Amino acid sequence: MWDRNQMAEIAARELKDGMYVNLGIGIPTLVSNFIPNGIDVTLQSENGMLGMGPFPNESQVDADLINAGKQTVTELPRTSYFSSADSFSMIRGGHIDMAILGAMEVSETGDLANWMIPGKLVKGMGGAMDLVAGVKRVVVIMDHANKHGESKLLKECTLPLTGKNVVDRVVTNLGIFDVAVGGLNVVELAPSISLDDVLAVTEAKILN
Amino acid sequence: MKKIYDSASVALDGVLFDGMLIAAGGFGLCGIPENLINEISKSKIKDLIVASNNAGVDDFGLGQLLATRQIKKMISSYVGENAEFMRQYLAGELELEFTPQGTLAERMRAGGAGIPGFYTKTGVGTSVADGKEHKVFNEQTYILELGMVADLSIVKAWKGDEQGNLVYRKTARNFNPNAATCGKICIAEVEEIVSVGALDPDEIHTPGIFVNRIIKGDHEKRIENLTLSKAEEVV
Repeated sequence: MWDRNQMAEIAARELKDGMYVNLGIGIPTLVSNFIPNGIDVTLQSENGMLGMGPFPNESQVDADLINAGKQTVTELPRTSYFSSADSFSMIRGGHIDMAILGAMEVSETGDLANWMIPGKLVKGMGGAMDLVAGVKRVVVIMDHANKHGESKLLKECTLPLTGKNVVDRVVTNLGIFDVAVGGLNVVELAPSISLDDVLAVTEAKILN
Repeated sequence: MKKIYDSASVALDGVLFDGMLIAAGGFGLCGIPENLINEISKSKIKDLIVASNNAGVDDFGLGQLLATRQIKKMISSYVGENAEFMRQYLAGELELEFTPQGTLAERMRAGGAGIPGFYTKTGVGTSVADGKEHKVFNEQTYILELGMVADLSIVKAWKGDEQGNLVYRKTARNFNPNAATCGKICIAEVEEIVSVGALDPDEIHTPGIFVNRIIKGDHEKRIENLTLSKAEEVV
């Protein structure tokens, strides 16, 4: 099984030189720690920043400089700032190459649910609905099962959707799965995980 | 025409009324018009509809107006950092129109630009699309979202001049330029008021035509999620 950092490292393999990428809150944020050497990637933060730098040291902290997770960050020589409308012109307009997001549920047809649990957890979609609708490629990083051991890769999502048919690839602690016609293709399994292990804990249709 | 007002209370005099729609700039606690919000919390107005990406935290920003029960309805994309918000909403005491972040920004931009509606892919196939017109362009389905014109917009900038020209700083810009355009009246609070001519005309973010009143504020600029680099944490 892969841990959080390994999942982020796996997802970072998706990054190609010159890409503009948006990273979601949680494990996706860790992906920035694993950008491969020689690959130049520009991170977009949907609150209005292109060219997001690392977290600050104490003397660099600036209340006017945060990422979409409201964490303090730093700027880079390449950085630009812009309004929310301009930020989502980049996102909705298809100018962002890839988004790496967390999820509560993903269906075998690429539906994504990650913004609310009715009656329980009301967080909101933030920019996630815009991202999955507009970005060229959507990669999800999430645990394969929830804390009750139930599959988060489902035939159909049970929670309110963030987007329909929007996910291209899912990286879980058990493996890498691509959304394909009719179900999910196993691209790679984590060390010591067999296809039978995956089938035993996956509700979604596995094509392999 | 004099745009500079002495204080938030003077700037808000005569513009507030029950049931009004207020568009507020800010993302999280970054770039929020904290002085104007604080002043509104001291007023008697109620049944407010507030369009803002977030609702502050329990004791700061728009959270103050939730605590005083002055807000009837929020139009927001993310409320996850505010326990009182979630409590009022789940108890049915507060209406909430969840609006995707980019759709909210574009609703403000469009409303301010005289565009009554626009089609977007965002939210298609989700509950956000319920009851909205669907239309197909180039084999893709879009939904109709409406431009927003607010009775009042409240924004926060870094510097402003007597003409109302505004410059924002770093990610504190966020929704502020968009909110500024969509208010029938826009009040801006700034960290520094400079003389006309002091701002580089090429680097003004919000031209003064959009801003009716401007005050110098006193900003706490609270940080919601202080995160330091790993090396620093070890030290």
